Amino acid sequence: MTWAYLALMVLATTASEVLQSWDMKRHGEVDDFRPGALAGVIGRFLRRLPIIASIGFLAISFFAFLKLLEMADLSFAVPASAASIVLETILARLILKEHVHWQRWCGTALVAAGVALILT
Amino acid sequence: MGKPPGGTKSATSVRARTSRVWKTGLFTALVIVSNVAGNAFLSWGMKRTEAGAALPIPAFLVPFLSPVVWLGIALLIVWMLSRMTLLSWADLSFVVPVTSLGYVLNVAAGAFLLGEAVDGKRWLGALLIVAGSVITGLTIHDQTRVHPAGKGAGALEPRQ
Repeated sequence: MTWAYLALMVLATTASEVLQSWDMKRHGEVDDFRPGALAGVIGRFLRRLPIIASIGFLAISFFAFLKLLEMADLSFAVPASAASIVLETILARLILKEHVHWQRWCGTALVAAGVALILT
Repeated sequence: MGKPPGGTKSATSVRARTSRVWKTGLFTALVIVSNVAGNAFLSWGMKRTEAGAALPIPAFLVPFLSPVVWLGIALLIVWMLSRMTLLSWADLSFVVPVTSLGYVLNVAAGAFLLGEAVDGKRWLGALLIVAGSVITGLTIHDQTRVHPAGKGAGALEPRQ
């Protein structure tokens, strides 16, 4: 069951973050940090369908994470969930059309190696 | 004789760029700290829910009787909001790896705060994740180019 919860968490996290990044860029940069302005920004976020979907995926990921923490060590559960980084970097290039610098690819490869070491 | 208009524009651009770098650093730190503290409280709370198990409520609600679990959740809400804010100007392919510095801090929290037995392989794995994060962090200046059009979709253009 530990592996099933880990896989569910990784996939849901990836879906949530790709959706968040895509829609936050469409919204535009947040540069007014006064409480009233921030409340307005949060209110606008909560009316955007991709953000609502991303929060749904985040909720799935969160409950999978809670179950994982119940069964496994924090020092296993959190680094193992870094598997989502590799998926997200690939999707950032393929779906979000980000320019991923070669240094970022190298960094992501090292992260992947670290996760593989923890999982084996 | 005043400064040429080009010079003023250039000074404004440098100020905007410096401000963006500081803002990125500050929010990156907030994302990492709230994540590590939130996870540590949740892990501690989730393994100590026996007291509520005897109560006549559904099992999935039992963890939510613990104030420590709620503290962890509150910190993870701070993490989520600060991360969404950071994503409003920074690339996902920058934010995800650089905030993964928190992974090794989570292992440290497990070992030193929660008393978990962490073997060498787990530490090495976490250190590789940090190494990957540092390499990615070296590309931070890729986040500071502001499109002349200002805000909105396409305000940030990747450096080619």
